Amino acid sequence: MPLFHTDEQAMLLDSARPFMVEQAPVAHLRGLRDAKDATGFAPGLWRQFAEMGFCGMLVDEAEGGLGLGAVEAGIVLEEMGRNLTPSPFLATSVGAVTALRGGSATQRGTWLPRIASGEAVAALAIDEGPHHRPARTALRAERAGNGFRLSGTKSFVQHGHVADLLIVAARSGGEPGEEEGITLFAVERGAEGLHATPERLADASLASRIAFEGVTVDADAVIGEVGTGWATLARTLDMVRTGAASELLGVAAGAMAMTIGYLKERKQFGVAIGSFQVLQHRAAHLYAELEVARAATLKAQQLLDAEDEGAERAVMVAKAMAGLAAQLAVQEGVQMHGGIGMTDDYDIGLYMKRHRVLAELFGDADFHADRLARLAGY
Amino acid sequence: MSEDLDTFRAETRDWLEANCPAEMRRPFRSEADVCWGGRHFEFSSAAQKLWLDRMGAKGWTVPDWPRAYGGGGLSAAEAKVLREEMARLGCRPPLNSFGISMLGPALLKYGSEAQKLEHLPPIARGEIRWCQGYSEPNAGSDLASLATRAEDRGDHFLVNGQKVWTSYADQADWIFCLVRTDPSDKHGGISFVLFDMETPGVSTRPILLISGYSPFCETFFDDVSVPKRNLVGELNKGWDVAKYLLGHEREMISGMGLGGGEVSLGAVAVEAFGTEADGRVDAPVLRGRIALFEVRAAAFRAMSEKFMDELKARRVHPAQPSMMKYVGTELNKQRFELAMAAGGSDALEWESERSRGGATARAWLRTKANSIEGGTSEIQLNIVAKRILQLPGA
Ligand SMILES: Cc1cc2nc3c(=O)[nH]c(=O)nc-3n(C[C@H](O)[C@H](O)[C@H](O)COP(=O)(O)OP(=O)(O)OC[C@H]3O[C@@H](n4cnc5c(N)ncnc54)[C@H](O)[C@@H]3O)c2cc1C
Repeated sequence: MPLFHTDEQAMLLDSARPFMVEQAPVAHLRGLRDAKDATGFAPGLWRQFAEMGFCGMLVDEAEGGLGLGAVEAGIVLEEMGRNLTPSPFLATSVGAVTALRGGSATQRGTWLPRIASGEAVAALAIDEGPHHRPARTALRAERAGNGFRLSGTKSFVQHGHVADLLIVAARSGGEPGEEEGITLFAVERGAEGLHATPERLADASLASRIAFEGVTVDADAVIGEVGTGWATLARTLDMVRTGAASELLGVAAGAMAMTIGYLKERKQFGVAIGSFQVLQHRAAHLYAELEVARAATLKAQQLLDAEDEGAERAVMVAKAMAGLAAQLAVQEGVQMHGGIGMTDDYDIGLYMKRHRVLAELFGDADFHADRLARLAGY
Repeated sequence: MSEDLDTFRAETRDWLEANCPAEMRRPFRSEADVCWGGRHFEFSSAAQKLWLDRMGAKGWTVPDWPRAYGGGGLSAAEAKVLREEMARLGCRPPLNSFGISMLGPALLKYGSEAQKLEHLPPIARGEIRWCQGYSEPNAGSDLASLATRAEDRGDHFLVNGQKVWTSYADQADWIFCLVRTDPSDKHGGISFVLFDMETPGVSTRPILLISGYSPFCETFFDDVSVPKRNLVGELNKGWDVAKYLLGHEREMISGMGLGGGEVSLGAVAVEAFGTEADGRVDAPVLRGRIALFEVRAAAFRAMSEKFMDELKARRVHPAQPSMMKYVGTELNKQRFELAMAAGGSDALEWESERSRGGATARAWLRTKANSIEGGTSEIQLNIVAKRILQLPGA
């Protein structure tokens, strides 16, 4: 498969790009932030996402979706990144949909059409500490009655306080650190003993700490089989990590575009600052890094869609590389803007903040580099 | 001599132990802990004020300034002992002040006797807070293209124009300001003047920063009358004063690379990741990155000591502060990138109590200005290339 978009994919881009620019530009994020919005996204915009067919793009056609893949999700996510669009798309339409693919007919029938139509929003409750360590899952799932009792805490759950559905990784056996013994649950909003505390993050998004105080769920809340949830979790994570990589590419591209614009416009010493060779070289270097990250991300997406064995490693490369390229883009962006780049009024700082959150989400470059090393046996 | 120094060390230690309040021996937790002094300053605690008063009375806020100007009259060696003893006890700097780090040295070199006597002692005691009026909307890196006009009106100058990015202009008492007194000569038409921020015609408008703080302002001058006795140095020779002062500003900013009394990166990582059985932080790639950073930081501390010693002995190339500022500020930005990576999602919290109101994230964002304020890293490198390496065309 060639490493560029097909004509259909290019058409999707042609509709996603103006949509995001018109409906959810950076001013949209600013508006939510300044209004101290307590939801974390605009429900009206989410309905428009549904009308565009974005919400269920990964849902099978039989279940009300478009039956598309990681490449297409990446196109939408990159445009979101470019415009810093706050949305539950990654967790809901990529994460939860992938997890539910491994679910029962009832689970799919209950949730997928509602996700596709924009009625339901989902969140991924995976991490338990300040860092992404999915195998360390310790939240307990004990058998109780005809189902399970969940006890423990989750952290960094984006949109966790407003989600209709939580995809929860829990430990029904084994020890933290082991992949065996993990079970995935679909937990509905409002379950007794579930307490979400949203915290505002640097990028103005909201992520929750969630306490599970003996939350009881039926056996049919189990996604897949008891104790072998790791495979589904891993697939889900591969999809959201790649999705986050696409969003990071968008953040990088958006920051770079602003910066190149500024290099052409800002004058010092009687010339455009873009005429200084030191800045030209750094801008060109940034472009090169971004192109490399873009290729790595598309590679991961294509391998995921082809269910290729090499997908997992490609995902690690993509998430790490996109994080590094975007970090360069935002740092150069602020620096090359000079003093104005430090002001809240100017958008470049918002890109820096969003990069930080996305870089941390589902494992940063250090985490993925370490996993690559371990897989390679060193 | 070294015996004298030993006696001085013992006395200094005793004095600090008796006089530095316990509260002032803890690391800074946030910007609110920093003491700036000045007419309008609200002390965050009685201990903060007591510490400033005691150190100010002894002249130890500016230990190596002459006693006549409110300083401690210490030799370079004694001042170093004082720094070491303060570090040993963990004493906070009693005063953070542009008066000390920037204007003071410039006045000592270029000011008249009357100006020194008028302005230096209040700086030493933290009574008058200064701000720096250099940058303008169209004069940033190209500072010498500044346009704020000062017209000669006999006994005073009439100042009109606008400054920007003036740190703490809204809280400062006085401003040291670059103004244009001769429009026909770019570098040779600038003068250096001082005036009270309460002079009619001065107004400020705070600019909100990405850290959520608002430490700098747009500053406007509308027919501001500045008495001629407030001209520092000669008319139209202000650029020399400005450059000299910038060297000191760069020195001060490069000190950021030394890190404050904050918790070590390794400790943050251990806290956030836990340790492996052998006690190493359970994040090998980050561990390696932190270790390499600490190598650079330790080496930079050595460089800073060398720089200070050579500076005191007047053996430093005048452009060397540019190198120091470049290295120190890039290092400080790295320190906070690593702090964010180590802290993970905890460090990303912006308002929560457990993150102390997003202290790490806000400090991280603030460091991004280190390579911009006081002249950008690019400008520092240009200066090194041109003046130290003497490269052609640079
Ligand atoms: C937190 C903070 C506090 C500050 N406090 C004060 C203060 O108290 N008083 C005051 O007067 N000013 C203050 N400043 C202003 C500061 O000195 C200027 O921001 C700085 O000199 C850069 O100017 P500029 O913002 O106009 O950027 P520009 O000069 O527009 O620079 C934009 C970009 O172009 C690059 N560039 C420009 N010229 C060249 C060149 N020749 N070669 C290569 N690259 C180049 C710069 O390095 C930068 O990356 C402060 C700034 C900050 C961020």
